[in-house]
Amino acid sequence: MELFDNHKKLFTTATLLFLLLTLFVAILPAINNQQRNRPLPNAKMLTEAEMKGKAIYISNGCVACHTQQVRNVDMDKIWGSRPSIAADYAAIHRTDLWRNTATLMGTERTGPDLTDIGTRQPGKEWNLVHLYNPRIVVKESIMPAYPWLFTIKSAPSDSDVVVNVPAAYLKSKEGKLVATKEALYLLAYLQSLKQTKLPEGNPIPEFLYKKAIKQADNNQGQQPELDGKALYTASCQSCHQENGEGLPGAFPALKGSPVVMSNNLELYVDIIMNGYDARPEFGIMSPIGTNLEWTEKEVAAIINYERTSWGNDGKKVTPDEIKKIMDLLKLKTTAQ
Amino acid sequence: MNESTMSNPGIIITIILLLLPILLGIVIVILKVMGTIRQAKDQQQLEDADKLAEYLGNLSKEEFDKQIVKRKAALDFQLSHQELSGKMPPEDEKGLLHINQPPGLPIVAAKKKALARPHIDPKLSKLIIWYFLSATAWLLFGTTIGEYLGIKFVAPDADHISWLSFGRLRPVHTNSVFWGWASLGMLGLGYYIIPRVSNTKLANLNYGWYTLGLINFAVLIGSICLMAGINNGGGEYREYIWPVMLMFAIGIVLTLINFIQTIARRTTKEIYISNWYIVASIIFAIVITIVAYVPNWQNGLGETIIQGYYMHQGVGMWFMLFTLGIVYYILPQQLNKPIYSYSLGILAFWTQILFYTLIGTHHFVFSSIPWWLQTVAIVGSAGMVIPVIAGTTNFILTFKGAWYKISDSYTLPFFLVGILFYFTGSLQGTAEAFRSANLIWHFTDFTVAHSHLTMYGIICFFLWAGIYAILPRLTGKEAPQITVGAHFWLALIGLLFYTIPLMYGSTLKGLLWMDNKPFIEGVVLMAPYWLWRAIGGSLMWLSHLFFAYNIYQMVATRKEVDIQETAIRKLTDPVTPIQPIT
Repeated sequence: MELFDNHKKLFTTATLLFLLLTLFVAILPAINNQQRNRPLPNAKMLTEAEMKGKAIYISNGCVACHTQQVRNVDMDKIWGSRPSIAADYAAIHRTDLWRNTATLMGTERTGPDLTDIGTRQPGKEWNLVHLYNPRIVVKESIMPAYPWLFTIKSAPSDSDVVVNVPAAYLKSKEGKLVATKEALYLLAYLQSLKQTKLPEGNPIPEFLYKKAIKQADNNQGQQPELDGKALYTASCQSCHQENGEGLPGAFPALKGSPVVMSNNLELYVDIIMNGYDARPEFGIMSPIGTNLEWTEKEVAAIINYERTSWGNDGKKVTPDEIKKIMDLLKLKTTAQ
Repeated sequence: MNESTMSNPGIIITIILLLLPILLGIVIVILKVMGTIRQAKDQQQLEDADKLAEYLGNLSKEEFDKQIVKRKAALDFQLSHQELSGKMPPEDEKGLLHINQPPGLPIVAAKKKALARPHIDPKLSKLIIWYFLSATAWLLFGTTIGEYLGIKFVAPDADHISWLSFGRLRPVHTNSVFWGWASLGMLGLGYYIIPRVSNTKLANLNYGWYTLGLINFAVLIGSICLMAGINNGGGEYREYIWPVMLMFAIGIVLTLINFIQTIARRTTKEIYISNWYIVASIIFAIVITIVAYVPNWQNGLGETIIQGYYMHQGVGMWFMLFTLGIVYYILPQQLNKPIYSYSLGILAFWTQILFYTLIGTHHFVFSSIPWWLQTVAIVGSAGMVIPVIAGTTNFILTFKGAWYKISDSYTLPFFLVGILFYFTGSLQGTAEAFRSANLIWHFTDFTVAHSHLTMYGIICFFLWAGIYAILPRLTGKEAPQITVGAHFWLALIGLLFYTIPLMYGSTLKGLLWMDNKPFIEGVVLMAPYWLWRAIGGSLMWLSHLFFAYNIYQMVATRKEVDIQETAIRKLTDPVTPIQPIT
């Protein structure tokens, strides 16, 4: 055939076909998305410090293991309160002359998704310790350590952010571990990663592929109790540790803790739902329950797990008891 | 795994693909069983022999002697071996006789020697050899990094140096094996194939050297930038910032001009199919690089859509298409028969362009890019069945009637493995794109296993096959068979150790995620599979040391003194002292 024996015609045809397809599956959809999508009206722009933190996130290739996309499938609902939508990325523009746009959506999830990490784990102490060496707080973690974001000072000044880590991790160097500017920028960026709430009245996109809920045990009208250990592992363990002993100088122990064991359930539930910052020797606890939108069932399961583990032998609670306390706490917060 | 998982089409397809090698194992077991049956038969015959001995023992002495003497005389009869030739001394008037020296006791089965090609311009040879040397250096560099990254999954505190931290090194590994090793290896083979099948000289030797220099420089600078923390913003395979990638792009533009000019001067009427694939792949690589680096359509989700397009066209249109072109030339050449069907090759060419271009966004299934675009990508992935089956059928049928040559050749086993993974690896990609399968495997190490099955199983094995076939023709020297064999088996076994545990473990991890188990449980679960990956990776890495040694043997070793050649030189030029030819 003439087409196949003439190199000009052959290669021009192949190129045109490829260009045409490229136009329709890549360039036009890309242009269309970049023009049509706008950031959500209540979306926060990154501050200067957070931008610098993002640059550090980019240059260390964090995207190799951490995604920043909540997919619209049921298994991803632990990473955010709603699936990510195009508007979430619309404000991201070219980084600078040298570097392309960094949506940092990622293609591997060797580590957790970070779309909403600022809500899930905003603690400054925890994040800095974890960056210095993740295995101090999560012993199974395989994340790299970032010791070069920290320095050791024998006499830190008041403005220095001192990070308490176990002596074994300081490699027998004298002095205090101090976070560098870079570490604090990166921290600021991680804390800024929060899903923006959709404006009122907008339908929230659904999570697909929901698992069918088993109806078998519901004959007596009782709800099956949630797995307190799994909830603890997912949301509490990284600070309070698997053995419930916390980390001295950073996170308090729950083993034998007066808060856990006492009969003052109100304080206990309040801490879980609304956070705690009453003890200067420890880091601030974030309002984890509120952030993750826990109901009385989750809170009861966690309290029961903490009261019956590591040698604790506290009284078990029922979701109904907790519901009353939670309602009471809600009244208080609205009254304030 | 529950029932619904097992009825998932993606998983079924993958299991069938994995079963293929296992079925091969079953065939081997059957052969073994047949051997055992034969042994039992031997046992039976031994018993018969006992009976015969008993009968002979019962014969009388004279009768026995008479029979024995007669039989011995019959058995000892021999021809004089000169019944046909007579007693005159032989003379080879037509030059038909070649006397081979008997080989020593062999450790490995003797394979056929490569044929010398006397008509290659030594200058072109030199260029191609330097492409291969550079490619090999980048293979060693890139996979040493890869090996170290694999170790980091098992020992995350192996070092605390910023330049060597995981996030920075990972793109160094991927980019140096992509743009350094595989691209230079392919281009080197391209520089051999294009002028050869056009039956003309290469248009411009200098352009070849410029391309080589530019690409080497780009990968060197790119690797240093990445380790220093300078990257393009996180899209996979385009981590090099644009000035670095520009050098690479200029390099392949020069080669494109060079190849098209060479083809324009061809002395054949047709453009052999290899040249279709090779030239098209270079044009497409230039197009995708431009699309990926021009900033005008990359804000917000535009970046993600382009990223999906780019990362998959990079593998499918640059590496795969180019490598197929190489196979279309070297496989028939090594089998010494024409390609089974030229038409199938043409069908595969056009369908590959049609379907492959569509499938990029299947890396972002369930993300916030438009649902219709995800669906187009999934449909395109299914369409890839056509070019893959066409290509595989074509290659396998080219082997028809020549299967026996595999045992005689050290290049054909590489081709066979490449073809096998071309089939299984590519169809696995189709299976992974289905939404139901993607649900389990996306974001897990399954993707890593898949990319190694394809980039390593297909591209690397085809490149090795090509280099082992071509390099001896250029230098006249061959690598020791035993180290070629070591390279082949270590690479193949290493790849299987690398990928199979990783695929199994990541399936379990995906199911665990779907069960909403705490994330850290998935990390703990993967630990043994990551260890297996490191072991497989070590074997692969070791095989590359053998490959590098083989390259050294093919390029740098001294030729043995050729008695005839030296004698002739002595006669024609008695003044110069005789040196062994190097």
